[in-house]
Amino acid sequence: MVKAEKKEQSASTHKIGIYMWIWGLLFVLSFFSYMVDWYNFQGMLRWSLILFFMFLKAGLIMAFFMHLFWERYALVNVLLWPMTAIACFIFLMVAEFEYTLFSRAFYFVVGGGA
Amino acid sequence: MSDPKIEGLQLKPGFRGMADDTGSDQTMFKGVHWGKAMMWIFLLSDTFVFSCFLISYMKGRGSTLVDWPYPSEVFALHVGGVSVPLLLIAIMTFVLITSSGTMALAVKYGYEKNRKMCGWLVLATALGGLTFVGMQAFEWSKLIEEGVRPWENPFGAAQFGSFFFMITGFHGTHVSIGVIFLFIYAYKVFAGHYENGGKRGWFTTMKGDYVEIEILGLYWHFVDLVWVFIFAFFYLW
Repeated sequence: MVKAEKKEQSASTHKIGIYMWIWGLLFVLSFFSYMVDWYNFQGMLRWSLILFFMFLKAGLIMAFFMHLFWERYALVNVLLWPMTAIACFIFLMVAEFEYTLFSRAFYFVVGGGA
Repeated sequence: MSDPKIEGLQLKPGFRGMADDTGSDQTMFKGVHWGKAMMWIFLLSDTFVFSCFLISYMKGRGSTLVDWPYPSEVFALHVGGVSVPLLLIAIMTFVLITSSGTMALAVKYGYEKNRKMCGWLVLATALGGLTFVGMQAFEWSKLIEEGVRPWENPFGAAQFGSFFFMITGFHGTHVSIGVIFLFIYAYKVFAGHYENGGKRGWFTTMKGDYVEIEILGLYWHFVDLVWVFIFAFFYLW
């Protein structure tokens, strides 16, 4: 942000190194998440690794490639807070699918007849 | 990248700055080009669309009693008699990340008024996107040949096909639209529409500016971002 003062233009540019680093990191993280499948990890280890690499990749893309790291908080907060609504929706639908699964298992196995 | 020196005053950073921006009785996203703010808001709405798809996929997969097809085997590719799991998907992921990187550099060179570099990088991004769509077409035709339909498939739960075609299809549509715009903007950069104060654009009297490349970049990175989630939840989970 400080660098912007040197330029007449409205936007500042960043050193090429930072883009190269993020680019490289994205490749490495994608490789790692592919390795999760390659080595056939199962259970909690698999899910936590998948989520970890996913959020790291998404965060890097948004923060640096999409420049959110350098944007004003007014924009950043307008964009990120609505994500909590999605989190709530996921929470609700997890409860929903567990109930559906339960009722299917119950009526398919026990039967729904009177 | 918003400019903190906009409107002749030094804006405060952080949450103090946010409070000032929102309470100023003026434009809220100070120093942010209107087109960029609009693209972000569109992307936010698109995030909700894709979230609804992925959440319904979670709900469908979680509530079926039939075994879900094992993606590692369904999406395996036979290379020289050996079955390599998710090979095509891995290549598609790397192609998309490569194109995301070239796009980020195109934005940087655009702001540096490096017309040639910016144009070539936008063109490279378009070609990367085209490669991705091509591989996706190959993936779809392979699965259709194996008998995967939106209502049935030979591997397991019947819901698999409908979620697969819906989610990857909607993402592929986004990539295709992005590729079309990337070619258009590659032409615009090469033709010098953003040079010397900018040329008048289509359907507008406003002059072009390299900020348009950043706006296009936001869309393209979003397509990559969605793929990160699809890759994790649909192919790896």
